[in-house]
Amino acid sequence: MYEILHKERLNPTCHLMVVAAPGVARKARAGQFVIVRTDEYGERIPLTIADFDRDKGTITIILQEVGKSTMEMGTLRVGDGLATFAGPLGHPTEVQQYGTVACVGGGVGIAPLFPITRALKEAGNEVVSIIGARSSDLLFWEERMESVSNRLIVCTDDGSRGRQGVVTEPLTELLEERPGQIARVWAIGPAIMMKFASLATRPYKVPTIVSLNTIMVDGTGMCGGCRCLLEDGARFVCVDGPEFDGHKVDWDNLLSRQQFYREEEQQAVERWQHRCQLDEAVARGGS
Amino acid sequence: MAELTNKERMRIPRQDMPVQDAAARRANFDEVALGLETEAARLEAERCLQCSRPRCVEGCPVDVDIPGFIEAVRTGNLSEAVRIMKTRNSLPAICGRVCPQETQCEQLCILGKKGEPVAIGRLERIVGDWELRERTQALEKAPSTGKRVAVVGSGPAGLVCAVDVARQGHDVTLLESLHLPGGVLTYGIPEFRLPKSVVMGEINHAIENLGIRLCVDHVIGRIATLAELLDEYDAVFLGTGAGLPSFMDIPGVNLNGVMSANEFLSRVNLMRGYDFPQYDTPVKIGERVVVIGAGNVAMDAARCSIRLQELHGNGRGEVHIVYRRSREEVPARAEEVDHAEEEGVIFDFLTNPVEIMGDEAGKVTGMRCIRMQLGEPDDSGRRRPVPVEGSEFDLPVDTVIFALGTSPNPLVFVEAESLSRSRWGTVIADEETGRTTTARVWAGGDVVTGAATVVSAMGAGRRAAADIHAFLAGELEPWSDSET
Repeated sequence: MYEILHKERLNPTCHLMVVAAPGVARKARAGQFVIVRTDEYGERIPLTIADFDRDKGTITIILQEVGKSTMEMGTLRVGDGLATFAGPLGHPTEVQQYGTVACVGGGVGIAPLFPITRALKEAGNEVVSIIGARSSDLLFWEERMESVSNRLIVCTDDGSRGRQGVVTEPLTELLEERPGQIARVWAIGPAIMMKFASLATRPYKVPTIVSLNTIMVDGTGMCGGCRCLLEDGARFVCVDGPEFDGHKVDWDNLLSRQQFYREEEQQAVERWQHRCQLDEAVARGGS
Repeated sequence: MAELTNKERMRIPRQDMPVQDAAARRANFDEVALGLETEAARLEAERCLQCSRPRCVEGCPVDVDIPGFIEAVRTGNLSEAVRIMKTRNSLPAICGRVCPQETQCEQLCILGKKGEPVAIGRLERIVGDWELRERTQALEKAPSTGKRVAVVGSGPAGLVCAVDVARQGHDVTLLESLHLPGGVLTYGIPEFRLPKSVVMGEINHAIENLGIRLCVDHVIGRIATLAELLDEYDAVFLGTGAGLPSFMDIPGVNLNGVMSANEFLSRVNLMRGYDFPQYDTPVKIGERVVVIGAGNVAMDAARCSIRLQELHGNGRGEVHIVYRRSREEVPARAEEVDHAEEEGVIFDFLTNPVEIMGDEAGKVTGMRCIRMQLGEPDDSGRRRPVPVEGSEFDLPVDTVIFALGTSPNPLVFVEAESLSRSRWGTVIADEETGRTTTARVWAGGDVVTGAATVVSAMGAGRRAAADIHAFLAGELEPWSDSET
């Protein structure tokens, strides 16, 4: 068991968890992920590493409640254990001194973006970060991102924090303002956001790195369920990625593959919520 | 009872093993073959002629004293049968179920020349199952040597290597990348062919008895490299198997509904997807499933598909096996093919896919195939299948499962440059000793041979364990090559 040492709620559907996993922490680097499982019945879920502390032997993960497995994991408390915590998996981010780079994070994607941004800053890059969410209550880690960026642009879809709009708008402006100066872009968030960020940078020919989050079982190259299509053929996200050149990704294939188990996910959520309601009713002493 | 003459022995028919009725078993994941009854086992044991030079033993990759254990079964001394068995084979309940006996021990049995061979596999199974229940033979461990050995991978090769090395008094750490030990025994072979209680029973007994430290969730190459293991341990055995799936290079392989047999079987077996939503991992099954390939993995995938269709209420669905060669060349165990046919799997021989078609949503709707005919023999000695021009036809399908063989997962080779590998990605290791080109590193099983059988992997694990022990005991030259 891997003990949960700290837990906080970042927004209505996102939890931060600090987990004791010294072996993983010893090797973890920005850009990698872990496979997490709640208990004997649980799914193996890939979660990107949001932070790590080698001295304390901990890994920080951000959990967004999107299905039964993540909702159930969200009910765990400090002191509870996770049945599986395997990693660090995937290739770490290639961190070099590129010059000026842009780090773009959408929603829960801000979590994995943070250690990458920090590593890029530490490597001597000038970092312009752009983070966004649907609204201010969903936005997190603004201060953390600010601490590792030379400049931070915040935006929300509804304008409740920062400027109103989506992250691709300030990204395009940045590329216009400083032509030829942005050496590389990292864009991490929902697939649809990464797709549009990649489309936005394409005309400027700025290499754009995305971190793909696909359906996985083992996370070690064994099942191939995570495969994505690049221009020159299929890749396994778990062992070839999770970072890829966003200009080469077949986004429509990726988006459609992410939906494959949607029906089953819905069924599991309904069943779980029903059970929770029953548990509550029993706890209240009702029928 | 008076001893029988050989003539009388040869008149006893080979004892059938009771199996679950085909119609019933289509709708459950319970074990198909139920094992010989005690009296049938005794009768079967009577059939053995106790040859003075038993050919069957030559066919056994781990050299079990087959006439010896059969004689013990015949006289009702199962504890003795277990003792004989376990001097060579520590996992008889597993081997009795999954070994291809018809091409190994039973193929060489003298009775097979005129009639049917002794059912050695069925007898092995009854011995293994009896011991799983009775636990008469504790695994003994020699006094501690203080030497530390890391075994990477807890499938058949790694398990046997770990057990044998630990028995010699060495301190063994067994590293497994998944959350459960057993490798292909756990994620690959389905419950109805090899119950997980049998796998876990054998493994837990061994590791508890011998004090083997099992570390699950340890992906070597990531959490630690081979070089780091060599810093910490006196010897390392690689039994990481062949876990990387292959897909065909045809249009449509990335459509929804196309998957590797590894993904499908891992969802079903490792994650217990057939128990969804009791277990959280779903496994999707269509009404028209096609499995490409005809090895044991293909049979397992097809038979799991039949069961899932029944359980999901798609009982009128179809499951096809599409294979480019003919029935003669099918590499799966005969029993698996028979069972698959009994359960309703449809075999399309001399057929090869050329394209998978999908709809606008990216879901599989069909597969274009071409008929094949057999030409001249190829490198494998089998007649090469060649396409029949103009014979393309479309199969309406919604699920495509590729069971085309697997290759070693390269993750373990991160920063292991001195470890030589073949152009197929397999580790080059000495067949007799398992020694690789890296000092203090041994390898065996599918990672060396490519996908093969459980028992051949066990044999490799055993031979490597003997060499590791000799090395640690200082009986061998440190390493003959310069790669130190």
